[in-house]
Amino acid sequence: MNYTSVIMKKELKSYFKTPTAYIFLVPFLLISGWFFASPLFVNNEADLRSFFNIVPWIYIIFVPAITMGLMAKEKNTGTIELLTTFPIKDSEIVMGKFWAAVILIAVGLLFSLFYFFTIVILGKNIDYGSIFCGYLGLLFLGAVYSAIGIFASSLTNNQIVAFIISFFIIFFLHIVGYSLFFIPGFLVGIFQYISVGYHLSNLSRGVIDTRNVIYFLSLIVLFLKLSMVSLQSRRWR
Amino acid sequence: MIKLQDLTKDYGELRAVDHINLEIHDGEILGMLGPNGAGKSTTLKMITCYFEPTEGNIFVDNYNVLDNSREIRKMIGYLPENNPLYLEMTVYDYLEYVAEIREVADFKHRLKEVIDKCGLHGVISKPINTLSKGYKQRVGIAQAIIHNPKILILDEPTSGLDPNQIMEIRELIKELGKEKTLIISSHILQEVQAVCDRIVIINKGKIVADGSADELKSNIQNKTKLSLELIAPENEISELAEKVAEIELLSYENVGNNVIKAVIEYDNKQDKRADIYQFIKSKDWTLLEMHREFISLEDVFRNLTIEEGGE
Repeated sequence: MNYTSVIMKKELKSYFKTPTAYIFLVPFLLISGWFFASPLFVNNEADLRSFFNIVPWIYIIFVPAITMGLMAKEKNTGTIELLTTFPIKDSEIVMGKFWAAVILIAVGLLFSLFYFFTIVILGKNIDYGSIFCGYLGLLFLGAVYSAIGIFASSLTNNQIVAFIISFFIIFFLHIVGYSLFFIPGFLVGIFQYISVGYHLSNLSRGVIDTRNVIYFLSLIVLFLKLSMVSLQSRRWR
Repeated sequence: MIKLQDLTKDYGELRAVDHINLEIHDGEILGMLGPNGAGKSTTLKMITCYFEPTEGNIFVDNYNVLDNSREIRKMIGYLPENNPLYLEMTVYDYLEYVAEIREVADFKHRLKEVIDKCGLHGVISKPINTLSKGYKQRVGIAQAIIHNPKILILDEPTSGLDPNQIMEIRELIKELGKEKTLIISSHILQEVQAVCDRIVIINKGKIVADGSADELKSNIQNKTKLSLELIAPENEISELAEKVAEIELLSYENVGNNVIKAVIEYDNKQDKRADIYQFIKSKDWTLLEMHREFISLEDVFRNLTIEEGGE
């Protein structure tokens, strides 16, 4: 954990010392704020539903953006050779970068708690359980997408390529739930299980079901493992 | 001690390093010399555990790279080819980061030592991308020695620098070589000649020569060439070879005014210069000039890498 936290600290520092963190945080809060505020004023509805609905869409663009450089840039500048000849494990490198991305996303979600407090002040009969689960779902989703982003970034030394690869994987996981009409009947179950939306909507109903948690965790583990394999592949290529 | 045993690395079909056996003793300054693409960097990358060998193994003290890569990486400081750096970081942040990973106990104290050694005064709080190439190289070396490693590996440490910067970095390398086992690679001869006490020439993934600069020179040729310029009657000049034992007159020419230029060759084992001088004195000729033609390491290098390369 010690080495992991050194890597994480370094990545967080570089997020906040370069514009990356702000280029993520500002639009994230602007867009989500707009989707939170419009129903509030237009429909007189004080809830977070449209916020929870829009954030996964924002993730599709912004999570690839914050993760695309994590590996690809090291490969491009050659610092990967320094990093991997330090006495640390490849898994510690991947985990350090993963946690840095997750923490940046968590900071964004933390700022969005402003909307939650607005609801607390304005609303009645607030379902705290489902709001908690909604946030938990967004955090899980951010973690899954970060893992995918790191994997894509580990495949190439070109950040644009990394962005596009992770964008397509994430977009697929996201959109597959909306396209179940076009899928032959016997496959619907499988595709529904793959789609993040299905698991997310279960969570945002306020039910923490282990099946959904396992789905998110297994995707995280899968893509982090793949990143480690991809990083290790240099040794025996 | 570092021991490379039957070290081999394939990139797909291409064999970059071909069964290299080499022992590097503690405190030695070893220069790896070879044309571009000879397998120098690949060899270094295997010692630093960036690549795993396709065949063979590397032993450092009691550890080997296949089973104890982490222990070996702890003992090594490494400056990769082209000196990769995190350009957006400041020198301080960068060295602090490396020191944390390298588990340097007293960073503040060690940082001072490294700043002194590498001459980083005045740039420590600057972002790395604002530094000149020479300073970047110093930062790269500072990074490699921050944990005071036993073994220091520098891959082409002076490539891309201007002559002044090269001199500075060479001085720094010499200084570091006093206390560490040092391996540097280069395709430039003067470089290894200037700092190394042992030179290994690699070509096409194989070691083609191993020894000190002088040993390499004497291996390639065991005869000494001597150039003479003297005033003497042209028809008597051949007596030189007849009267002085075991020398051979290769050529001579009259360049005018009875000045003769002659080239003589004799075996390295005995120095014939005194005999030749005595003979000239006995004939009462006038000796204008006498010098040995040194074989440069360039000749050795070209000879080995072109002949054996077969191109």
